[in-house]
Amino acid sequence: MATDPRRAVEAVWRIESAKIVAALARLVGDVGLAEELAQDTFVIALEQWPERGVPEHPGSWLMATAKHRAIDLLRRQRTYRDKLDEVGRATPQAEDRDLAAELDDYVGDDLLRLIFTTCHPVLSAQARVALTLRLLGGLGTDEIARAFLVPEATVGQRILRAKRTLAEKRVPIELPLPGEAAQRLASVLEVVYLIFNEGYAATAGDDWTRPALCEEALRLGRVLAALAPQEPEVHGLVALMELQASRIPARTDPDGAPVLLQDQDRRRWDRLLIRRGLDALARAGGTLGPYVLQAEIAACHARAATAAQTDWDRIATLYDVLAYVWPSPVVELNRAVAVAHARGPEQGLRIVDALSLPGYALLPAVRGDLLARLGRAAEARAEFTRAAALTRNARERDLFQARADALA
Amino acid sequence: MRYLMLLKARQPDTAPPPELMDAILKLGADATAAGVLLDTGGLAPSALGARVGLYGGALSVTDGPFAEAKETISYALYQVRTKEEAVEWASRFLALHRDLWPQWEGETEVLKVFGPEDFGAPA
Repeated sequence: MATDPRRAVEAVWRIESAKIVAALARLVGDVGLAEELAQDTFVIALEQWPERGVPEHPGSWLMATAKHRAIDLLRRQRTYRDKLDEVGRATPQAEDRDLAAELDDYVGDDLLRLIFTTCHPVLSAQARVALTLRLLGGLGTDEIARAFLVPEATVGQRILRAKRTLAEKRVPIELPLPGEAAQRLASVLEVVYLIFNEGYAATAGDDWTRPALCEEALRLGRVLAALAPQEPEVHGLVALMELQASRIPARTDPDGAPVLLQDQDRRRWDRLLIRRGLDALARAGGTLGPYVLQAEIAACHARAATAAQTDWDRIATLYDVLAYVWPSPVVELNRAVAVAHARGPEQGLRIVDALSLPGYALLPAVRGDLLARLGRAAEARAEFTRAAALTRNARERDLFQARADALA
Repeated sequence: MRYLMLLKARQPDTAPPPELMDAILKLGADATAAGVLLDTGGLAPSALGARVGLYGGALSVTDGPFAEAKETISYALYQVRTKEEAVEWASRFLALHRDLWPQWEGETEVLKVFGPEDFGAPA
């Protein structure tokens, strides 16, 4: 084989690890233990495959080996409990489960259970993101740490604590009840979109985007859409991410500096992703959830061949609806931009002036832009200077500073 | 990162077994559900195509079929994290043929498509 055997094992493991962890988690009832068992299996493959050759069906081999290890463990635990019974200690009788049959359930439901567990509201947003990337993305702590610019030890601790919290709070690895499904799904979508956004507009660091993180979020979103195709918001989120990602090639200039939407070379937008995004939006079926609405807005941009052809009236109206169903200062800020395009900068400024977003660099940046368009250069300059001081992203800082300098 | 896969094969005299077609559809559905298969399509025999060339300053059009041992019969576009993952998906596709249509022989070219990661911002 031309490729390095170790990397070949890693590739198969990455494709299969989420499914394996998901199946084991349902069986042993603990995501931490499930991951350990899956990791053991990976190590066995690393030892055996380079010597004996890659099995004919490597994915099935990994799953079967992992299942055997889990069944062995559960049998040992049962034997232990039986021995305790013999010496006269009272323990609840372990029901005689048909372990092998249980493991052969449809794997899709296992994955969905795992996603709902790693995105459980009992965990902090940071913990949900790290655990999801770890268990569903199969990313190493080093990769997650690099993506979020935090020390590897911090990510390791975060994941460890998350797994412990799930065990201590006895969070069951199961599909949510119908009554709470919508709320739990919202938490899952939020985690995926957080991952995407960290790749799309990095909050800190020297790079404007991290496309690999966007790709991982897109992959998770597509997995989710296959698992829960009846949920319009899942398709809305996928549509939103596909459409946003279609612009990635045009969002930075050759020096790595950000290029704003209206200045982007639209020939560099990814037509395949636009098509996939519009298809996903069609599957969402026109419901008015926050992701579907945002995807509709992104679709307006995608359909405009030039910036001048953008249907700002429709975008402003969509933002009016979005601000109604999902009120937030950030949505209001975006609405202000759309309204300024559709109905004039004074109207936009009126919305911005009612907003308070302490520490959020884009608020003074938008305000500066509207003031500049109204000819109030000195005030605009002060706003851009403030925006440059607030952002933690080096590329964004340069952009804001350049706008301030241009207004001198 | 994206990989374009071109499947090339010499068609055997026997017809493809229906189980193979089912298995191929299932693999495609699996890869789609895994979020890695972006696009796929079958390609007609080269007899129905043409080749447009530029040699010595002159354009030339050659109708198919082309004198090649193997025909290109389908393509697929994957988005995966490593080359080895792309190779694994291609291997699974060929493994189905090994298991279900023993007379079949062919190969998949796995070609990396340049993406934003190849033109990253300077450090």
